[in-house]
Amino acid sequence: MSQVPRPSQLTACPACREPLDPADNFCGGCGADLSAVPSPALLDEGPADYRLALPDPGARAAARAPLVPPAPPGDGPHRPAWPPGADASAGPGAPDPRTGAVLGVPPQAGHAAPGAPPGPGAVRPGAGGTGRSCGACRSGMIDKDGYCEHCGHAQPRERDHMEHELPGVAAVSDRGLRHHRNEDAYAVSAIALADGAPATVAVVSDGVSSATRPDEASAAACAAARELLVTALPQGEDPREATHDAIMRAAEAVNSLAAPARGPLEHDPHRHENAPACTIVTAVVAGDLLTVGWVGDSRAYWVPEDRSTQPARLTEDDSWAAQMVAAGLLTEAEAYADERAHAITGWLGADAYEVEPHTASFHPDRKGVVIVCTDGLWNYAESAELMAEVTPPDARTRPLECARQLLAHALDGGGHDNVTVAVLPFPLAPEGAGSA
Amino acid sequence: MANFSKSGGHRFAVDVYQNTHLPEGGREVDAIVTVTATGGGTTATTPLVPVVPHQSPSSYGPQPAGPDAAVVVMVDCSGSMDYPPTKMRNARAATAAAIDTLRDGVAFAVVAGTHQAKEAYPGGGRLALADATTRQQAKEALRKLTPGGGTAIGTWLRLADQLLETSEAPMRHGILLTDGRNEHEEPDALRASLEHCAGRFTCDARGVGTDWEVKEVTAIASALLGTADIVADPAGLAADFTRMMETAMGKEVADVALRLWTPQGAEVKFLKQVAPALETLTERRVDAGPRIGDYPTGSWGDESRDYHLCVRVPAAAVGEEMLAARVSLVLPTPDGSSPRVLAQGLVRAVWTDDLSASTSINAQVAHYTGQAELARYIQEGLDLRRSGDLDGATAKLGRAVQLANRSGNEDTAKLLAKVVDVVDAATGTVRLKATVTAEAQMTLETRSTKTVRVKK
Repeated sequence: MSQVPRPSQLTACPACREPLDPADNFCGGCGADLSAVPSPALLDEGPADYRLALPDPGARAAARAPLVPPAPPGDGPHRPAWPPGADASAGPGAPDPRTGAVLGVPPQAGHAAPGAPPGPGAVRPGAGGTGRSCGACRSGMIDKDGYCEHCGHAQPRERDHMEHELPGVAAVSDRGLRHHRNEDAYAVSAIALADGAPATVAVVSDGVSSATRPDEASAAACAAARELLVTALPQGEDPREATHDAIMRAAEAVNSLAAPARGPLEHDPHRHENAPACTIVTAVVAGDLLTVGWVGDSRAYWVPEDRSTQPARLTEDDSWAAQMVAAGLLTEAEAYADERAHAITGWLGADAYEVEPHTASFHPDRKGVVIVCTDGLWNYAESAELMAEVTPPDARTRPLECARQLLAHALDGGGHDNVTVAVLPFPLAPEGAGSA
Repeated sequence: MANFSKSGGHRFAVDVYQNTHLPEGGREVDAIVTVTATGGGTTATTPLVPVVPHQSPSSYGPQPAGPDAAVVVMVDCSGSMDYPPTKMRNARAATAAAIDTLRDGVAFAVVAGTHQAKEAYPGGGRLALADATTRQQAKEALRKLTPGGGTAIGTWLRLADQLLETSEAPMRHGILLTDGRNEHEEPDALRASLEHCAGRFTCDARGVGTDWEVKEVTAIASALLGTADIVADPAGLAADFTRMMETAMGKEVADVALRLWTPQGAEVKFLKQVAPALETLTERRVDAGPRIGDYPTGSWGDESRDYHLCVRVPAAAVGEEMLAARVSLVLPTPDGSSPRVLAQGLVRAVWTDDLSASTSINAQVAHYTGQAELARYIQEGLDLRRSGDLDGATAKLGRAVQLANRSGNEDTAKLLAKVVDVVDAATGTVRLKATVTAEAQMTLETRSTKTVRVKK
């Protein structure tokens, strides 16, 4: 997703004057990326205090046409079309479990489920160039590889910043301030269970930087896990079992990335020794049951709305530090001070010995939110108490705003890693996925 | 990263090896770019197999409308070729072997070189088309070559250029044989001739015996994008000429340029071919548009070459990514419109505060940096030895032995062992040999730029 929202009020392309449809992300005449045009409109829709403030396109689409998807664009089958809002799943006919699902990964990752179309602003390289101009030097145009033909600067990529909100779940992912690309990914869904009750699903994954193609690994893991959850849960499968299966499916998807996929490999005989790898953490809110699952050091936290009650970390890292503490060899402070602290001992990927998904279910007895995140966030709010402290009081009612504020907290702290956070309100509001 | 494109049946691939990570404030980006051309398949690709002389033109497929290649062999016929007489005899035999290796339909000529250049075959300022008859005629003409006169290599090259000019063949190549110094023209005249011929045809150069000047012969090959070598024993000429002609016949794509795009404010610190032999290309840049420069690479058959590129880019903040260079292989179009891109690769720069990422040196870059140092130490060592600085020569050649040993460059290690006594190769401890044959010294000097690839 691009960094700047599409200006909704544009009626003609700023580059070639071609008349535009409000749903257009690219000019039909010259191909200009309309999301690259700064718009004052974003000031009304979100905080302007840092570079990203994307209005929720799903909500906008739903508001404009509650029961039908936006008019299909006229210039080709691969134009992105926003999925119908969560409202659509309540429409007549068999409910599509995938409706309302959102994948925080770009469509060109090749692993996006068919039911998860890309968001607006998706970048597709053109034949020769992209027709966009450089945001760094403002004098060159962007070539088909995504670099400025004048100053060479890489252009903001779709995954640099992504955010989505569905009824009952929101997620944000950001490149951070010190990494050159975003290797995190997420997928969120609002679905209907077999009995018609709403449920929400969030999957967050952190690509392992020291492995090859970590961005593809995290994208594949999220897509595969979400796909299984949104298929199994409406069929009545136990959320904990479904979570286990989803992580195993994600592991398979990441494993399959290690198979030779591109170009001649003769010169790279060690390719398999450094196969793509990632962490995963999932959360499912279904009725009064909260289920989490994970492998690696991405986490889920419980933050109650009543801050006088105890928050909790719901996951236990597969990391060197956590193992040292669990084995009673070091105190938490000692373990986390060690430079090996963050070395993970469990991951999804072709060179993982054996994947052992951890799962846990909870029956929260009060209102609150589940924060599902990568270490890019929890490095700046490690304990459950700290996480609760930085979580805004209205998190449950404004999950996207909460996710943005948590991201801002990580960026303010230095943004040393990619940051991804999903927020799931509990319990699901009665006006959730099941109703218009 | 591999990127393929076909050209006349040939497929070019570009692979880039680099550490993309730069520390905060870092500006220099090194990359090894491997260019591999494959396909074609119409010619011999195993140059070591002896080629049976063509018996009959009718045994070959339909001839193309015009020749696709034109070759001129320049044979030294100066008076010194008579000492010993085997030299001239072997030069004739070698030229005959090269002519036998000519593919049917290739345009060719033989130039007899002395203090002036003469057409030995076919004469009349033109080229002959190779077939059984012309090959026979050419070999008969070789018998009439007799030694006598001086050496003015520039005139040979000028005549070769005039003859090649009459052909429209895309592949234009010369093979030059000399046994002595370029004594009968000023160095400037040879330089001017080389400048004139550069880009008009490619040329391999061979020195026979040990009375020729290494720097002269290597300069010819370097300027005309060919190979240089020593054939100390005239008896080895025929095999060498056959090999050279086979390689020439295997070339299928001519005038390929390496095109570099670099970002605004960047500077190409150097571009050199590093395999199969070292050749600095930095100074040969021809600007081809804003931030774009072309470097000539000559003609290509089935082969692979490595290039070392070093670009200085403007520094950017940690977390930024920049395209430091776009490397493409381009083929000029006859009508002068924008050239065809055969393949391309990207050299990137990513700024990071992860020291372990930014401080690691790519294995390929390290290897070829070592090979370039090896060549430099040999050159400096031999120069010091000639000037009488034996301690300096020992130090330089010792370091060369160490580098050759470490990088597995066995051929160069063997040549070094003929110039120095190796006490301990690992530490580079050597003693200069009291007597060194001219052959050993010249062979080492000529072949010092030969590199080996990274051991897989």
